[in-house]
Amino acid sequence: MKYKKFLFFIMIPILCITLQASNPESSQAFSSQVIQQGAVGEDVIELQSRLQYLGFYNGKIDGVFGWGTYWGLRNFQYEFGMEIDGIAGQSTKEKLVQASNYDEQYVKEQINQGNKFTHYGGTDNKNQSDQGGGGSATEDNASTSVNVPQGYSQNDIQLMANAVYGEARGEPYVGQVAVAAVILNRVESPTFPNNASGVIFEPRAFTAVADGQIWLTPNETAREAVLDAINGWDPTGNALYYFNPDTATSSWIWTRPQIKKIGKHIYCK
Amino acid sequence: MIRWIIIAVLAIGITGTAFWGYQEHQEKNAVLIQAENTYQRSFHELSYHVDLLHDKIGAALAMNSGQRLSPQMVDIWRLTSEALSNVGQLPLGLLPFNKTEEFLSNIGDFTYRTAVRNLDDEPLSDKETNSFEALYKQSGDIKEELRQVQHVVLDNNLRWMDVQLALANGEEQVDNTIVDGFKTVEKTVEGYSESNVDSPIIGTSSQEHTYKGITGNKISEEEVLEKGKKILDVKDANKLNVTRSGDGADVPTYSISYKDDRKSAYMDITEQGGHPITVLVKRPIKDKQISLNEGMEKAQNYLAEYDFKDMDLFQSSQYDNIGVYSFLYSQDGVRVYSDALEIKVALDTGDILGFTARNYLMNHTERDIPSPTLTEDEAKQAVNQNVEIQESFLAVIDNDLGEEVLTYEFLGVMGNETYRIFINAMDGREEKVEKLDGAEANYAMNS
Repeated sequence: MKYKKFLFFIMIPILCITLQASNPESSQAFSSQVIQQGAVGEDVIELQSRLQYLGFYNGKIDGVFGWGTYWGLRNFQYEFGMEIDGIAGQSTKEKLVQASNYDEQYVKEQINQGNKFTHYGGTDNKNQSDQGGGGSATEDNASTSVNVPQGYSQNDIQLMANAVYGEARGEPYVGQVAVAAVILNRVESPTFPNNASGVIFEPRAFTAVADGQIWLTPNETAREAVLDAINGWDPTGNALYYFNPDTATSSWIWTRPQIKKIGKHIYCK
Repeated sequence: MIRWIIIAVLAIGITGTAFWGYQEHQEKNAVLIQAENTYQRSFHELSYHVDLLHDKIGAALAMNSGQRLSPQMVDIWRLTSEALSNVGQLPLGLLPFNKTEEFLSNIGDFTYRTAVRNLDDEPLSDKETNSFEALYKQSGDIKEELRQVQHVVLDNNLRWMDVQLALANGEEQVDNTIVDGFKTVEKTVEGYSESNVDSPIIGTSSQEHTYKGITGNKISEEEVLEKGKKILDVKDANKLNVTRSGDGADVPTYSISYKDDRKSAYMDITEQGGHPITVLVKRPIKDKQISLNEGMEKAQNYLAEYDFKDMDLFQSSQYDNIGVYSFLYSQDGVRVYSDALEIKVALDTGDILGFTARNYLMNHTERDIPSPTLTEDEAKQAVNQNVEIQESFLAVIDNDLGEEVLTYEFLGVMGNETYRIFINAMDGREEKVEKLDGAEANYAMNS
């Protein structure tokens, strides 16, 4: 009896696997999510590939739903007489699956090998791939691009994350966002340089720059804090300065109107 | 014998060390000089730029025709920005040198504003001429002071590295000519800043006004705790740490922070009316369970719960397993760019990780929006013909002068790039053109 039960449990996964294998169409189609601008991941890769197959998308298949994908999708919706909203909902996805082919294996292979490639319909895949893109294989089949806030590059974010990590790695998360916000407030302010690197490298502005701690490798938390600050979070209330009251050497800094204290730092105007 | 060998070895060792030490010393000096040179360069450039600035303003005052004046203003504007960047490179971070920087930025604002408008149709008003003359005089004084410092520096062979060291060590007793010189410059400018307040130059930034969107009565500390418990999702009010903002705050707020093993959380709430301004929750995010689209619904529900009405989604972006959404207030179908708020949603459970309404509370008010005098088609004529317009909206934006203007917003494509173009709905002026990006190859991944 026990033996039978055991067999039963073994059978379930095997059954599932065979079921899936016998139905390759479904494994290729989109997941159930509604895809909108700003999304990243496998569904976006599929969306871009399918739009490109039909000639609506001429950009790079990178797994980030950016403006190019948005216009491609809208044009597709227009041509197929659907509601034009630039969002890949259920009916849009069904239409796309009907109208196009998606060679998942080919696309993933190209992405993993870091090749330059396209996925237009009616063209042999061999002619669409530019081998030797040089990129190394990656572990997951995720997107090859990332979202960045308008007006900032990854390098800007990295540099700011370095500064935040060097200045405030021992602070609570909100304290790290606050330091990043101060850098951005300074960029906005007429009395400081008007770009992030100018503010960070202004001599004597940040102790982490002066003593070289800025070149420590920042962790993910510092990066997330910088992204939050760029995306609009400013827990300091428009502060331009901050200092650690235990170690501050300048008496001038105490004359600034103080806004609040977060973690060990006092933030002021 | 052995003694002699030891002596020889030691002698060689000592000579070697001396030689090595000398080389190190040389290298250190080289680096010091390099740094010193950079400072010297910035300082002398600054002096030169202020000099030139003064001359150019003088010349501009004598000019009459808009045709000549506009390029001159542009030139001055360029110079102020150069001078500002020079100031930024000097090791004056902790000196109260911000007045001079502010002054430079004032000239910049003024010249930019006059350069972009048609001076033939709209010449400088009397008031503007007066401010311009005042700026001329100030630039003259600053020029004099800077020259004075420059002279002393050159004459006595002063080094910026010494300033750096003096500031770093906090040695006040050292008679440091450069520091003193710059303090004088700063004093000179400070004398003027009061009299300048009335001029139209200051306060053009749309940021600098009181919060318009904050209404309601003062709330008590108990109410603050109640709100904190609810918004941060914490059951025990004793674990919340509440502090009040200091004198420097634009608006009095309470800050609430919370921390346990799993998460840390923080929020600011206004004393008047109890509006949450900033909410931030930090916890480890697990695998993605919900889509960016479902996350948006969570964000919309959150807005509805806290009574923000007529908010339209403006932008959504996924960063790893976090969705960040930006909403704009829409008044009768016109979207208002300054009334923006942002929400951050965890895409594992759909919790709200962050919320900020600073811009919204700063700017939000019911506006008196006029109806456009241009039709959409007329406005389209003002757009570059090579841009293929795909979408259009009516929008209120802050223009270069910091005024709110009603515009047609066009989203268009040229080549592979998408542009956002704002055309003034009253006079057809091209207010802003912006190239949109938002995604970049993941270098970290491809390397």
